[in-house]
Amino acid sequence: MAVNPDTEAMIVATNLTKSYGDFKAVDGINFTVRKGESFGLLGPNGAGKSTTMKMIAATSQRTSGELTILGKDPNISGPEIRAHLGVVPQQDNLDRELKVWENLMIYGRYFGLSRKFLKVKIEELLEFAQLGEKRNSKTEELSGGMKRRLTIARGLVNEPEILMLDEPTTGLDPQARHILWDRLFRLKELGVTLVITTHYMDEAEQLCDRLMVMDKGKIMAEGSPSELIKKYSSKEVLEVRFGSANNAAVALELAGIGQRLEILPDRILVYAENGEKALEEIVKKGLEPVTSLVRRSSLEDVFLRLTGRTLVD
Amino acid sequence: MSIDLSQEPKMTWVGAKTIVDPSISIKRGALYIAESRLRAMLNWWKSIIAFGLGNPTLYLLSIGIGIGSLVDKSLGANGIDHVSYLTFLAPALLATAGLQGALDEVTWPTLQGFVWDRTFFSMNATAISGKQVVNGVMLAAMVRCALQVFLYELCLLAFGAISWQSIPILLLVASTAGLGFSSLMLAFSASIKDDDGIFALVGRFIITPMFMFSGTFYPITSMPMYLQWIGWISPQWHATNLGRALSYGMPIEPWLLIIHWSVLIGMSVVGFSLAHRVFEKRLSA
Repeated sequence: MAVNPDTEAMIVATNLTKSYGDFKAVDGINFTVRKGESFGLLGPNGAGKSTTMKMIAATSQRTSGELTILGKDPNISGPEIRAHLGVVPQQDNLDRELKVWENLMIYGRYFGLSRKFLKVKIEELLEFAQLGEKRNSKTEELSGGMKRRLTIARGLVNEPEILMLDEPTTGLDPQARHILWDRLFRLKELGVTLVITTHYMDEAEQLCDRLMVMDKGKIMAEGSPSELIKKYSSKEVLEVRFGSANNAAVALELAGIGQRLEILPDRILVYAENGEKALEEIVKKGLEPVTSLVRRSSLEDVFLRLTGRTLVD
Repeated sequence: MSIDLSQEPKMTWVGAKTIVDPSISIKRGALYIAESRLRAMLNWWKSIIAFGLGNPTLYLLSIGIGIGSLVDKSLGANGIDHVSYLTFLAPALLATAGLQGALDEVTWPTLQGFVWDRTFFSMNATAISGKQVVNGVMLAAMVRCALQVFLYELCLLAFGAISWQSIPILLLVASTAGLGFSSLMLAFSASIKDDDGIFALVGRFIITPMFMFSGTFYPITSMPMYLQWIGWISPQWHATNLGRALSYGMPIEPWLLIIHWSVLIGMSVVGFSLAHRVFEKRLSA
């Protein structure tokens, strides 16, 4: 979904910086998120994603720079901004002493919503999170995926203008992830602005219209997933393995094949418009890879190109 | 468990701009926090009542009646302050109940809020401020404190240790002590990283001495001077003396009355301002 640049800006960050002592967790970043957009922050652990999220959530104060959320300055209007946000933190912080439905109830009360409104809302949210049967369970009896869905449902109780999700599916099994993606996609269809951090490229490709790749507190690149791939990678990638002892030596002989080579400890990545053709060239040189695989370029490749490191260490 | 993805959940969506008025939480946030804490406490109401009645009963049977009969026998009509030992003891026991009742709500639950469940962060992710979290937690702690003191009073009444007329003033004194001490302890609990046995140390080296050396079982003046200072800085002593003066009329200098109230109220002024600062800082780190 391409978002019109005239659409209302929900978040505007200019030179946004957060330091802890000498360490700059976020180092002078600029970005804008517009209404209805699904905006992703991609980067490895420690890139500054969570710190950026906390500042957008109007809980952590910036060290310097400008930040406007929903037209207001979080340093001045924190509570007013937070009243209209939904936050799903990296760690589920549900109240263990309360039941599933009570967690939704008390959270809704924090926003000053009436019990009458919440009674109806809670039913909707339980259905949305597929937790109807668990309404009277204590939260500690829920599986990881259920807890995550409940935390997301809780973040929706005030029908937020912006829903912020910090690593929504980290630690979940594949099925639980797909259920969550489906739910988040539906929110997008409702027009909710999403801000998502992740270190999973498939998640970013699934959910985000636009991405900001972060590393060491800075923005490395910005654009839609396909734009980023087009700009920073080739159409296809050929992955060849010659055995970890030989990769480095073989790589010298591969020079000139494809547009670019990336030598990893366990394999060599050959970036090429046509992967099969690149493989043919390698075989013609009399080299025989132990395994070979041709795939489409992904955000992982973009990240590798930008930082020289893989996303998930 | 397999889940059918084809199901279409209904979702009405008007949007926060319309349904959430931030000024409501800005005004009443602390009440909402207290509401959620009390809701969690409701899960334990049976234990809270059982403990609230059982503990004093056992205590009164053993110390009050046991030691009391010994003291009354040896002192006769000239007992301490010319009242029965149980009556002399009652305000001190109520002060302890008030201090302990409020304390239980600000120690472990604070670590739960900051470290184990991080629920304080989830509160602060809404329109609720750090200060409101403090005020809400304290409000709920005071409900618990007042309840515990009241239950104790019922037991004391049943044992004939206090008159029913003295119930409100003793409740007020013990709760004020609970407020002062627990607000300080809330600030302290909020500033520790994790429990490394620190609460056990506090129990052993602060709470217990405070209980023992604050004129609880005998007038503080019967202790040597070098131990009396413990009483002077202890909310237990100030609340006990106040309670004795205001319930059965222990003779007291008017200026001392003022000091007792000032210390207890002063503690909460300092406690709240410290707690506000620590919470705001930790939540916005």
